[in-house]
Amino acid sequence: MKIILKQTTLAVLVTATILINGCTKKLDLSPTNDITSVSVFSTPTGYRQAIAKAYSSMATTGNSGPTSGDLPNQIINDAGSSDFNRNYWYLQCLSTDEAGWTYADRFDPIGIHQMTWSSSTFAVKCLYYRMFYTITLCNNFITESSDEKLAARGISGKDANDIKAYKEEARFLRAFNYWAIMDLFGNPPFVTETTQIGAVSLPPQTTRAALFTYLEGELKSLETTLVAPKTNEYGRMDKAAAWSLLSRMYLNANIYTGTPRYTDAITYCNKVIGAGYTLHPKYKELMLADNNLNTDEFIWSLNYDGRSTQSYGGTTFLVHGPAGYSADSSGLNGTWNCIRMTQQFVGLFDNNDIRGQFWTGGQNLIMTNLLGTATDGYSSSKFRNKTRTGGPAPNLDNTLPSNSTFSDIDMPIFRLAEIYLTYAESVARGGTGGSNATALGYLQQLAVRARPTDVNAVNYPALTLPYILSERGRELFWEGFRRTDLIRYSQFTTSAYIWAWKGGVASGSSVDAKYNLYPIPSEDLSSNPNLRQNPGY
Amino acid sequence: MKQKQNLFMKISFKQLLKISLMLIFAALSVTSFAQTSVTGTVTDSKDGTPVSGVTVSVKGTKTAVKTDAAGAYTIIAATNAPVLVFSSVGFTSQQVTAVNGSASVKIVQSSTDLQDVVVVGYGTTRKKDLSGSITTISAKDFQKGVISTPEQLIAGKVAGVSIISNGGQPGSGSTIRIRGGSSLNASNDPLIVIDGIPLDRDGIAGASNALSFINPNDIETFTVLKDASAAAIYGSRAANGVIIITTKKGRAGSLKVNFITNFSVSSITKKVNVFNGDEIRSIVNSTGSAAQKAQLGTANTDWQNAIYQNALGTDNNLSLTGGVKGLPYRLSLGYQYLNGVLVTDHLQKTSLGIALNPTFLNNHLKVDINIKAVAQQTRFADQGAIGGAVSFDPTQPINTSSNSYGGFYEWVDGTGKLLLNRPNNPVGLLKQTSDLQKPSRSFGNIQMDYKFPFFSNLHANLNLGYDISKNTGTRLISDSAASAYNGGGVKQIGKQTKQNTLFDFYFNYIKEIKSIRSRIDATAGYSYNNYLATNYNYRGLKYNGDTTIGSKPVDFEFNKPENTLVSVFGRLQYVLADKYILTATIRRDGSSRFDKPNRWGTFPSVGLAWKVNSEAFLRNSKVISDLKVRLGYGITGQQDGIGNYSYLSTYALSTSNSAYIFGNTPIQGYGPSGFFPGLKWETTTTYNAALDYGFFNNRISGSIDFYNKKTSDLLNSVAQPAATNFSAFVLANVGNMENKGVEFSLNTQPIKRQDFTLDVNFNATYNKNTITNLTVIPDDPNYKGFLSGGAPGVNGFLQINSVGGPKNTFYLYHQVYDQNGKPIEGLVDDKNRNGIINGDDSYKGKAADPNLFFGFSSNVGYKKWSAGFVLRSSFNNYVYNAVNNSLGKLNGINGQYTIGNGTKNYLETGFVGNGIDIQSHSDYYLENASFLKMDNLNVGYNVGKVYHDKATLRLGLSVQNVFTITKYTGLDPEVGNGIDNNLYPRPRTISLSAGINF
Repeated sequence: MKIILKQTTLAVLVTATILINGCTKKLDLSPTNDITSVSVFSTPTGYRQAIAKAYSSMATTGNSGPTSGDLPNQIINDAGSSDFNRNYWYLQCLSTDEAGWTYADRFDPIGIHQMTWSSSTFAVKCLYYRMFYTITLCNNFITESSDEKLAARGISGKDANDIKAYKEEARFLRAFNYWAIMDLFGNPPFVTETTQIGAVSLPPQTTRAALFTYLEGELKSLETTLVAPKTNEYGRMDKAAAWSLLSRMYLNANIYTGTPRYTDAITYCNKVIGAGYTLHPKYKELMLADNNLNTDEFIWSLNYDGRSTQSYGGTTFLVHGPAGYSADSSGLNGTWNCIRMTQQFVGLFDNNDIRGQFWTGGQNLIMTNLLGTATDGYSSSKFRNKTRTGGPAPNLDNTLPSNSTFSDIDMPIFRLAEIYLTYAESVARGGTGGSNATALGYLQQLAVRARPTDVNAVNYPALTLPYILSERGRELFWEGFRRTDLIRYSQFTTSAYIWAWKGGVASGSSVDAKYNLYPIPSEDLSSNPNLRQNPGY
Repeated sequence: MKQKQNLFMKISFKQLLKISLMLIFAALSVTSFAQTSVTGTVTDSKDGTPVSGVTVSVKGTKTAVKTDAAGAYTIIAATNAPVLVFSSVGFTSQQVTAVNGSASVKIVQSSTDLQDVVVVGYGTTRKKDLSGSITTISAKDFQKGVISTPEQLIAGKVAGVSIISNGGQPGSGSTIRIRGGSSLNASNDPLIVIDGIPLDRDGIAGASNALSFINPNDIETFTVLKDASAAAIYGSRAANGVIIITTKKGRAGSLKVNFITNFSVSSITKKVNVFNGDEIRSIVNSTGSAAQKAQLGTANTDWQNAIYQNALGTDNNLSLTGGVKGLPYRLSLGYQYLNGVLVTDHLQKTSLGIALNPTFLNNHLKVDINIKAVAQQTRFADQGAIGGAVSFDPTQPINTSSNSYGGFYEWVDGTGKLLLNRPNNPVGLLKQTSDLQKPSRSFGNIQMDYKFPFFSNLHANLNLGYDISKNTGTRLISDSAASAYNGGGVKQIGKQTKQNTLFDFYFNYIKEIKSIRSRIDATAGYSYNNYLATNYNYRGLKYNGDTTIGSKPVDFEFNKPENTLVSVFGRLQYVLADKYILTATIRRDGSSRFDKPNRWGTFPSVGLAWKVNSEAFLRNSKVISDLKVRLGYGITGQQDGIGNYSYLSTYALSTSNSAYIFGNTPIQGYGPSGFFPGLKWETTTTYNAALDYGFFNNRISGSIDFYNKKTSDLLNSVAQPAATNFSAFVLANVGNMENKGVEFSLNTQPIKRQDFTLDVNFNATYNKNTITNLTVIPDDPNYKGFLSGGAPGVNGFLQINSVGGPKNTFYLYHQVYDQNGKPIEGLVDDKNRNGIINGDDSYKGKAADPNLFFGFSSNVGYKKWSAGFVLRSSFNNYVYNAVNNSLGKLNGINGQYTIGNGTKNYLETGFVGNGIDIQSHSDYYLENASFLKMDNLNVGYNVGKVYHDKATLRLGLSVQNVFTITKYTGLDPEVGNGIDNNLYPRPRTISLSAGINF
């Protein structure tokens, strides 16, 4: 009996000891259904879905419909307005003569038009973090699509080639976002695929000039690796996008680095033009629900779909936003009464110019009041969610009236008109490799399209810098160019050009030159001691 | 080698069971040989009944027998006058010298056991040796009345512990905070350990409260471990304190039956002050549009009267205690059926408890088996009706003559077709929804304590526990119900199972070393806890069982979240000269919730106590009967509230409307989540200094405790450097918080006579919560804090958590008033004078949590009568009246689509409420909600012997939620997060009880 007892006691002790050792292994648990990076990046389909996320990060606000957000609510509490285009538009267009905003509630772009933004303004934070989010997705994709990883995962042949093509597109998306960050924020933190995601690391701060050099190298590499112009499937970019971005970057090189690069701008404009793009014959067909057909002029666009790619930003808000714009005309279910234009901007157009497409019914020309009065200032019907024939948008979700909210209109990032204007300006600013005659010819093509009833349209343009600035305003308004253009002409913050409510006063006033750059969001300064705020903030 | 270990591990549980059985058999077959027989009987000193199962042993030998059912025994001894030792669980052991081969004893129930010995986690300690901050509340001090969830038994009874019920639904849980709660984003709930089994705090789907599966009548004591020197033995789960629940055990002796039945009526105490039909007609007729006037009905419906009822309930408990052939047992059966005050709400609970407490091998092996099982059936009323009844148009009737929509009045167009996006009839919501859930749960353990035969100071203790639960439920909304009319009704099926397992093993060694006047009590052990759930997913169905249009097949049939905690722990207590006490504990925990490098953490503690009253100069004091100084320090952790796999990044496929089109095909993208691989515990360091006092033989006693709890590595959503993570904010361990406070308790017995006693207990708590850091770089001027606390009708948040202030500080605008003191709608102070009202104009004001709270209770006994009450009071807790914000405005009455109702606060403000977002962020709606509540008032009468003196009968009458004194204008000032939004009213319950013992 005693022996049994002793043995059992011993057995209990031995078992306990073994359990202590064995159970430590039990701490390695993994989720049942959740998908980890290992499963996503194991099939060609998974890679395609991962690159699709990088593209959709440019168009949508989140993963689960138009009210979901990729960005946490500490950055932006209104997930529905957290997409790229809406915030890019706030910072590039709303900050200028092109637009004012009616409301100043907590989800509105407070102080952007008045140029009183700060490092905690949500539109500033939101765009910054949206762009870095896309960059992170791209860095991750690039890491996961290295040759070694593809080989290790047994992906080869056409599948591997497809993935390599996606990888180059991820590099381009990253470059595009870094360009916009360079333009808007100047001296951001800099991270590439060499930094492990999730590891606590403090990225170094780069300078505008260093970023310019990096982007130039990256884009020149991409012009060899992206597919030939017009050969990719709808939605994905090609070499012409890299050329277009290079031309845009060179046009503004003097601002970014202090060294003009107009000759390089002309070189890259010529590459784009040489690829066979032509102006779409009718200006008013550029921003319609079926503008995916405008492959003649569009080089690369962000694409929206009333059913599949829904967003409260994108082009949806450019259809809903304009004040007074009726549902019958806009093709969506009514106006939000947000966006109006300054009288100065309206003054750039004469009666022969069809591009303004001003919405004047019920609106006053003069922006006497900025906040609270949706009728002060014209708006525009430039963006219309209807087809060329005036029919409803093909993918309008009209199962319920409340669903007719999301636009089908694609937003061109690069289109030929910009390239023509960049060419003309680069020539006018002394770049070589082009000619005055060609430059004037391009301006004339744009003027003829813009002024169909003007018999003297061809004589309207002049190859002068003031003309080109105004013409860029007329041709490209609300497409995200105005702030960069005004800075290039030293008119953004100075008294050289004032518009209604610039600086927060009805008659307009100059503002501190610090506003030529946006501040780095306070959150990033808090989390990364390597960062120094832009001067003046 | 590793494979071998795993093999051992797989079979080990079965093996252990076998070993346990072998131990039991071994015990039963022990026999001995000797010469003279000694006989006698053992009776209970209290009532003279025979006590079976008492171990009788001959001192100095291993000879032992047990008394039989008649309390009789026969033992063989060497002489006819041996010294016999009588011992049994629940009784004080006695030594008696036999005379002429006979010894009968009356043994005394050790009712004082509970006062002398305190459960401390992995064992017990003598109360006089305590050095930590520990409060024990036993059954006699529990709150009375109908209690459907056990934590309410000790509400208001323990200094430093705040217990706020989550509402008036039967069985609904409570928010328990010990010393303010140590966390911002992780859990602030204490760890609850029942008979050695740490409970899964998430409970089971289908039950509103994990603790409702414990039958309050089975509970013997609550032991609250408040400071770290007491709680650190539970390591990474103890930062919010530990509540140890001990259930009633079997007790040797003849069968004792106890039956208590309880009948109750509950009713609401107050309604939200809204307009009646006539008043609405007059408001709409003078302010509404023609269309709105046309909508007015002719009825005068009090919708709140329509949705609330006087709720009847019954609660019955039967317990059987006794010993059969030396096997002490307790068997309990409970049946509770409680209606809610909200129509259709009810809870039915059937519970079974079994406790078997045998001893074997001459008391060397003590076995405790506990099994608890509870089956619930609950119908959850649609609580949307609570808000609905307040805001629905009172000029409309409840029912119509039509049989459409179940005969309930609904907003329809001229043709009788239901209008979209209109509020639904609250009574229809209740009656046409049947949300029936059937959760059941069983937990239990077998605990074996083995005293080594040749080394009797050493014990080995093995505890095998389980906690399994299951829920199946179906929520049905009729296809004629307006709330789901267009979708064809709803049939929502749910199912969940949980299997949690526990394995504890420890050694305990106690040694008195008289030569150096020392006592050593050492414990060392190992613990393994696994929590595994299976959650089933079902596709959305219509009422008739067809697939809901637009619903998608589920991606995964089920999900099995799991986590494991593996620990080693030790405790050493050293007592010198019965005056100086040192207690040191250490625990090392490994958790599956963290990545390998952060998986293990160490949690030490030390406590010192000096029993001043044992010093020579006080030993003979007639005044001071107890005086102890205690100092404690320790580190505890917090890992609840952290996801099982939060350290990993997971990817989710986008929905079909967030796709991107390549070619002609929308591609749903894979989006990754933000993650923090370095995730680890929050750690809380606690310092405690205290004085325990007792005067006049402890007729006056109590404690005063000063504490400082500092939490570091606070789980906080922290900005990640841009482009280093998939989310700009991830939950990471950054930040510090502090809770400083004082607890005071006073227990007195001013009257203590044979037939007249009076007990008065008072406790007070002051707690100051301060967030001390929230950023990677401390004192970052760029970081304002993070916002929290939303409400319907409020765009954004109402509270802020920022450095220097307490958590959930209200962050609102200053309201501007006119010269008559009336608030001006939409006009608030532009604090920074920049012409724009935005978040920068909010100010940090009052906080939601009280900083001062009191409990006061008293019991009086006079002859056969007894009476008692519990008062509870709370100060400086502020509440945002979200009901007035959303309904105290004209546009709630003259609604965009329909007429509605509003609160009478509208008469004070005249607010119109058209699109003025600013008003809802005004401090106008913030109110001081300090209160004094009488939780309980009860009277009892002991009828005495009945039924031919075979039984005793006791009758009781109890009122719960007797009254509330407060300035708060809403329904109830006691709101957990400080935002009052149509709380399920806590009813007043009157109950009558009868208890019979025989």
